[in-house]
Amino acid sequence: MAGLMSRASTVVKAKLSKLLDRAEDPSEVLDYSYEQQLQLLQNVKRGVADVVTAKKRLQLQTNQLEQSVVKLDTQARQALGSGREDLARQAVERKGAVQQQLQGLDQQVQQLAGQQEKLVSSEKQLSAKIESFRSQKEVIKANYSAAEAQVRIGEAATGIGEQMADTGLAIQRAREKTDQMQARAGAIDELVAAGTLEDFTAGDQTQLDRELAQLSSGVQVDDELARRKAELGAGTEKKELEQ
Amino acid sequence: MIVRLMNEGQYRMNDDALQRLNALDDRAGSALEREAEEEFRKELEQMVQLVLDEGERLEDGDLTPSDVLVPPSDLSLEEAHELFSGEGLIPDLPVREGAGGS
Repeated sequence: MAGLMSRASTVVKAKLSKLLDRAEDPSEVLDYSYEQQLQLLQNVKRGVADVVTAKKRLQLQTNQLEQSVVKLDTQARQALGSGREDLARQAVERKGAVQQQLQGLDQQVQQLAGQQEKLVSSEKQLSAKIESFRSQKEVIKANYSAAEAQVRIGEAATGIGEQMADTGLAIQRAREKTDQMQARAGAIDELVAAGTLEDFTAGDQTQLDRELAQLSSGVQVDDELARRKAELGAGTEKKELEQ
Repeated sequence: MIVRLMNEGQYRMNDDALQRLNALDDRAGSALEREAEEEFRKELEQMVQLVLDEGERLEDGDLTPSDVLVPPSDLSLEEAHELFSGEGLIPDLPVREGAGGS
């Protein structure tokens, strides 16, 4: 029964040996490996951008859903105030559906932020190692005939290869997480488009929506009139009090 | 000895700390065998914390290969199986003439 460390090392070493076995002309390998490192650096930068995009999309949806909850709440209250329990019930049901979608969304945004952090840190390490490798590569090439150089090629290639495998893992994990989140964001978009999560006043309105909107504006008019009346009535008294 | 915390960085550790790390590692390996996710996660987190506490971080540009690798602390059992099978989680490193690279 093996521990985790030996298993992880075995996997990474197997990946590296595939790479190093092909090393016939070490100088050529060094240049080729360097190109691959730069390519990987581009991949990790793209990975960061993808995570940021997915995170922003989820954050935007969170805001929209939260606004939706507030609106549906108001609409339910107005409907009840106007004696339309049927409409109130619908608003509350929709609110429930929205709240269900909201659940865990914050946590997922956090998870994406965590992936972003890991990728950025991996990018930084890879970038620093590539820079070291680039300068060592020139030294090694200049001293190629020495037996010492052969050893150093092996070491440098293993050191950078290990980082490449590690960065590859970070990219892969971030990609899986990002794909999951994109799928969830897509599902929420679909629910919104199907009207399940829409508030009554947004977008295409059904007969029901219009009824509620009318009720709502009716309530607003009533409210405002009541307020004006109160102001008129209280106006004289208030002035006296202020003096 | 040099320990790599995967997705974190490399650390130099003394023999004493390394022994403790090995003990935790045995327990984590056993938890993995028994599919005991909670225990597996706990041991793995302790391993990572031990390296962070006791290890001396290498410069990012250091090209010294690591002696051992510690998987990421938030690795799930499912991901662990995938990682150790050598398929999927770590993409193959690119090789020349497109032979087997991804």
